[in-house]
Amino acid sequence: MTTALRSPARTKAMASSVRKSPRRKKSLTLTILTALMALYTLVPLAWLVINSTKTQDGLFTSFGLWFDDGHFALFDNIKQTLTYDDGIFLRWLGNTLLYVVVGAGGATFLAALAGYGLAKFDFPGRKGVFATVIGAVAVPGTALAVPQFLMFAKLGLTDTPWAVIIPSLVTPFGLYLMWTFSAQAVPDDILEAARVDGAGEFRTFFRISVPLLAPGIVTVLLFSIVATWNNYFLPLIMLKDPDWYPLTIGLNAWNAQSATAGGQAVFNLVVTGSLLTILPLLAAFLLLQRYWQSGLAAGSVKE
Amino acid sequence: MASIPAAAPPAARRRRRSWKGWQFVGPFMVVFALVFLAPIAYSIYLSLFRNRLIGGNSFVGLENYQRALQDSQFWSAFGRVALFLVVQVPIMLFLALLVALAIDSGRLYGRSFFRVTIFLPYAVPAVVATLLWGFMYGARFGLIGNINDALHVTLPDPLSPHLVLASIGNIVTWEFVGYNMLIFYSALRTVPHTLYESAEIDGAGQFRIIRAIKLPAIRGALVIATIFSVIGSFQLFTEPAILKPLAPNAITTFFTPNLYAYALSFSGQQYNYAATVAIIMGVIVMVIAYVVQLRGTRES
Repeated sequence: MTTALRSPARTKAMASSVRKSPRRKKSLTLTILTALMALYTLVPLAWLVINSTKTQDGLFTSFGLWFDDGHFALFDNIKQTLTYDDGIFLRWLGNTLLYVVVGAGGATFLAALAGYGLAKFDFPGRKGVFATVIGAVAVPGTALAVPQFLMFAKLGLTDTPWAVIIPSLVTPFGLYLMWTFSAQAVPDDILEAARVDGAGEFRTFFRISVPLLAPGIVTVLLFSIVATWNNYFLPLIMLKDPDWYPLTIGLNAWNAQSATAGGQAVFNLVVTGSLLTILPLLAAFLLLQRYWQSGLAAGSVKE
Repeated sequence: MASIPAAAPPAARRRRRSWKGWQFVGPFMVVFALVFLAPIAYSIYLSLFRNRLIGGNSFVGLENYQRALQDSQFWSAFGRVALFLVVQVPIMLFLALLVALAIDSGRLYGRSFFRVTIFLPYAVPAVVATLLWGFMYGARFGLIGNINDALHVTLPDPLSPHLVLASIGNIVTWEFVGYNMLIFYSALRTVPHTLYESAEIDGAGQFRIIRAIKLPAIRGALVIATIFSVIGSFQLFTEPAILKPLAPNAITTFFTPNLYAYALSFSGQQYNYAATVAIIMGVIVMVIAYVVQLRGTRES
């Protein structure tokens, strides 16, 4: 079995040959069946959008999948979400962005460098590096969390952004993707020519290889962003101070507060905050469709 | 992933062996050693010790492992995720495959709409997905409550002890069906369509084409999706942890191995035993992932 990684050009050629294939007769039955699946996907999202327009009372008194007559509180809810508790939501949003930019950005950078290094250089210990990292992909991340926490506690890093950022910097799967991508997309001849011209290895990497690796880099970046934006377990154990919470932990804290007797019920803020949390990611996926769909196709394993 | 070593890219021309490659691989490896290798070594160390208030830290050999093997809470947690695995993963992957085949068949109206729509939940954080479904499950202002009120019926409570695992299965399916669909779909798209056309000319029906051409062609994608889902099932944590306040009687502190390890560490301060539980789960996951990979590639 070989895993063929399609070079971007090859994928494109494939896609156009698919498009050229004769139009098939459309099937209404099949469309309806698939539409049921899409409905299943959309109902919870519709519920979220509809209920973010309701006041705290409206949530309890109106039907879940329709608007509350006469009360359209979306803008009020957004304002409340952003200002509640001295604007802590914005702080959480800022933290999330920090973890995403440094964590996912750094992870993509390290994976691109290392994947390229593995694909294009022969160096002592190369096989060992490869075996260790590939073995690590199967290690469940959560199994590492407790010892990571204890180590970071000893280093005095818990309750700081570093405790969330540093573990996010490593993505073995991203490394694998970048390695296969580099092996296919960067021809050795070009590198050889650059060396003959006297260009340094890093200069060659940034000037020549990075542009060739762009589709792979975007895919790894997008999936690292999702992983970091959606992370719950790691920040949950590493952070105690609400000022460093990412959105996921913060939203759950609001929900827990609402469910606790004596706590101020802010279900409307949980609902609206959830909507605000997912919008940037949904937007990123919709806008960058072209990249991640071809990136996934490139990364998928074939016979 | 375990299935990848077979996937070596075409061997590049022999290059001069030098230390230069480490300039590129080094930074990754430093962080990797810090957040992967060191914690693994540390948890093995931890699992061999016990910390008592009186007597302090002492070496106990394999005692923690013996305790885990006889720990009914650990095994009930393990049994629950194993049940989850054998029921939820096949349903999710089957649905994902059906949708991928439907979209790839070219017989749908508006197929890009379906492709993107069904994928969208992947971008929703597990915390938000669980909060959402938790609200909808709820009898207070959830859909279940609405339906009960409107029709004057009492639907079974999705958060009751005997239904909560199925309810969690529904959330996980919702989150990942589109992701798996996309992996299958991407793999299907690389099968040359001329193959189907000649099969059709030979009089093969659609189901035969699916069985004889499409499924074997995407075997690699099926294996990878299965391995990821197995790892995901054994790691189940966020969904039950978030639902717990809504269903305190149904979700115990040892509902899944991860919840158990978390409770041991952060409520019980039993770090040594928690590390042991994590190691046992890690080994089980790696063995199962390896078996899936072997089975998946052997038959091809």
